[in-house]
Amino acid sequence: MSAIFDKSTPGKSAFPVPQYDIPDFDPVPERFLGGPPDLIDVDEADVVRHYTNLSHMNFSVDTQMYPLGSCTMKYNPKMNERLASLPGFADLHPLSGDACSQGALRLMHDLARYLAEITGMYEFSLAPAAGAHGELSSVMIIKKYFQEHGERRTTVLIPDSAHGTNPASVAMCGFEVKEVPSTPEGDVDIAALELMVDENVAAMMLTSPNTLGLFDRNIRRIADVLHGAGAFFYCDGANLNALMGITRMGEMGFDLMHVNLHKTFSTPHGGGGPGAGPIGVVEKLAKYLPVPRVILEGDTYRLDTGYPSSIGRVHSFYGNFLVCVRAYAYLRRLGAEGLRATSETAVLNANYLLAKLKGAFHLPVDRLCKHEFVLSDRGLPNGVTANDVAKRILDYGFHAPTVYFPLLVEGAIMVEPTETESRETLDAFADAMLAIRAEADKDPDLVKKAPHCAPVKRVDAVTAARRPVLKWDD
Amino acid sequence: MDYTGITDSDRAEMLAAIGVKSLEDIFSDIPNPLRLRCPLDLPGPLSDIEVEKLIGGMANANRIMHSFLGGGAYRHHVPAAVDHLSQRGEFLTAYTPYQPEVSQGTLTAIFEFQTMICRLTGLDVANASLYDGATAMAEAVLMTLRGGEKKNVAVSGAVHPHYLAVLRTYLWANGIELREITPRGGITNAPSATHAIDSDTSALVAQSPNFFGCIEDMEALADIAREQKVPIIQVITEPLGLGLLKKPGDFGVDIACGEAQSFGNYTGFGGPMLGFLAAKGEYMRRMPGRLVGRTIDESGREAYVLTLQTREQHIRRERATSNICTNQGLCALRAVAYLSLLGNHIGGLAALNHRLTALLKHRLEEIGFDPVFEAPFFNETVLRIGGARGIAERLRREGWQLGLLLEDMHPGMTDCLLVCATEMNTPEEIDSLVHVLKGII
Repeated sequence: MSAIFDKSTPGKSAFPVPQYDIPDFDPVPERFLGGPPDLIDVDEADVVRHYTNLSHMNFSVDTQMYPLGSCTMKYNPKMNERLASLPGFADLHPLSGDACSQGALRLMHDLARYLAEITGMYEFSLAPAAGAHGELSSVMIIKKYFQEHGERRTTVLIPDSAHGTNPASVAMCGFEVKEVPSTPEGDVDIAALELMVDENVAAMMLTSPNTLGLFDRNIRRIADVLHGAGAFFYCDGANLNALMGITRMGEMGFDLMHVNLHKTFSTPHGGGGPGAGPIGVVEKLAKYLPVPRVILEGDTYRLDTGYPSSIGRVHSFYGNFLVCVRAYAYLRRLGAEGLRATSETAVLNANYLLAKLKGAFHLPVDRLCKHEFVLSDRGLPNGVTANDVAKRILDYGFHAPTVYFPLLVEGAIMVEPTETESRETLDAFADAMLAIRAEADKDPDLVKKAPHCAPVKRVDAVTAARRPVLKWDD
Repeated sequence: MDYTGITDSDRAEMLAAIGVKSLEDIFSDIPNPLRLRCPLDLPGPLSDIEVEKLIGGMANANRIMHSFLGGGAYRHHVPAAVDHLSQRGEFLTAYTPYQPEVSQGTLTAIFEFQTMICRLTGLDVANASLYDGATAMAEAVLMTLRGGEKKNVAVSGAVHPHYLAVLRTYLWANGIELREITPRGGITNAPSATHAIDSDTSALVAQSPNFFGCIEDMEALADIAREQKVPIIQVITEPLGLGLLKKPGDFGVDIACGEAQSFGNYTGFGGPMLGFLAAKGEYMRRMPGRLVGRTIDESGREAYVLTLQTREQHIRRERATSNICTNQGLCALRAVAYLSLLGNHIGGLAALNHRLTALLKHRLEEIGFDPVFEAPFFNETVLRIGGARGIAERLRREGWQLGLLLEDMHPGMTDCLLVCATEMNTPEEIDSLVHVLKGII
């Protein structure tokens, strides 16, 4: 597929600049002026056709099942898009002032309250723009707490099953990362943890359910061990979709957490964002939350920056507000019973698929899963790998599962069907996986050379990294 | 009322296939004391009609007025084609393009976005986007600190105050000192900049056009940085200016970063915005975030792929160049569609924005507003009038937002307003504003 630059023809135009007859009262001095721009000349039809044709080369939730583990690729209701594009939201300037923004502030205030109820946290901030941004803000809160309390804690514990963002966020706050091992059953190794926790440990970060899709049965004990040493327990909320209305992070003993609105609360992923990563904390950490915070005084909502202990600002304005509008719409549409049904069905669908696939693929930990499960490529014949399975499933019209994550399972194949897939779709996906398993025996090259039906064949990533070409040149 | 696709009979059969009796059983691994005994205390479920009415009412409770607000978020016309293309489900509901064979649409668009940002800034390499301008600036500064022993950063006090605040948050977490260079006459004071830099300084940071709308003498600041042997970072909140003004690359700027919301994205109460980051080639492996590269597939056809991923958190973990994962992909798609449509008319549009702001300034000066700074400006500028807060309040009641009161952000700038005109403001609208103001002042 050619780039838009190939279509540029001098003289074409898609953008009529208004021709107002006004003088220039303050010409920009010559020495600040640049040369002519170096963009392109195309017409509107060129642009619409180019990007529409590009879109045809994408897999998406709107076109097929997208069982990408850890990413919660559920269907995104179209109503939410309509609401986020209302002029009262889309055209609202962030510096309009509280008096002009009452509707937006109310929505933010209420969404934060609902998230607190769903998770059992005391208070939420919507400022972080993505999950990793929420993690970073939370680690800053932990750092600030210990600074205010005159303690120099140096270490944050992270299990070997964690998302890469966890250690990266910790490192951005100057903490040292120590890795906590997991047991063969997929839980945190409590005995190892007890040996690691001391007065240097500021916190432990854990995804719940964990990245194997398993609920850690010792979760309260982990919390107790950490709290006993004065350390905090952080929940990476990427997997909240399994637990809404069933249990809460507050009940599990977590002190702070982030939620990925673009996962659990069904805001679209946009090919890599924008998402939103609101953070929730227990009461004693509330004063450290980012500013500004939305408060309700009488019947008026206000942006408040008067929190001297706050870590400060983390975003140009107030976070990804239009993403919050979508999440709010989703939440109000479902209510408590709808959210619970969402989690129940997400877990039902995952366990159903697991039951269908576990005889054909190696299952590192055989127990009830939550919203996702992890298989591996161990035992696949003829050198067929997780990557080969991922590429071959594309030919069957499904997006690939997440592969090679979590790192503690070699050749991991991580499947998250989500609650929005029908039984027919789940069956078709299982049939495709089983067919690939059979192909691995009978016609391994078919699998190893896949995909055959995708817009392009396997892409040469090695050359891309060795001789990077990162922009179009004529 | 939920969005699940499972019928009652499906459920029964699926439970049987799993080998359990009830939905309760698939949660039996969650210890009893942790299980919720009663439903969540949330408002009840609503139909689509009710949700649309409720949230429509909230949208209507915001007041969208005749506005001359800028200050880091800019009101621009968004061509219908941008909305249309970004609502295509294939773009909207795709994940980060980890499987390049079925993500060529997203990957190609990001590659084009990187190219356009490089061309606009005159730099060699640009990433796929960051959250917003403020975090882009913080990430740019962290790039210059990584792997070194530097202890402070010299930053112009004429940078957007929110950006300074975010940088302060990020630097505090890293134990790095932020040295703010007090501006003079609305621009960065060169002797103070020289004075702020020492052997422990990782970078000199300035915004141009700056928060007050003034165009900085980036050439002079770049010379200072070169003499002191520190990289210079240029922050930009209104990248439309790049259609008219010299590019960062023209001054030898090392890293350009900031906000690209102006390119096809709405102000949206400040989010989602679109952070961008571009740099000289030597910084390529220190860049945070996604980078898309061109390569070939097995049949030799041109294809695109996420590349240099060993910089990133999912591979490098605590040694990654940043923790960023999800960024602002769809906003970058909107930007590249917008820039494709705007094309080389960007120069004309930038010039129009400048002329309208100059007209606004001229008309306001005629009725008693005073200019605060003499430095040249691009599309926003600071004006002073006695009783500015009261005037702004009365204007608001008449449906006008004249500008941003600066005294809340910069104590000492009493009665100062930052005003901004864009192509959304017609000359007639400026005449009407003046007419309304005459009745107030």
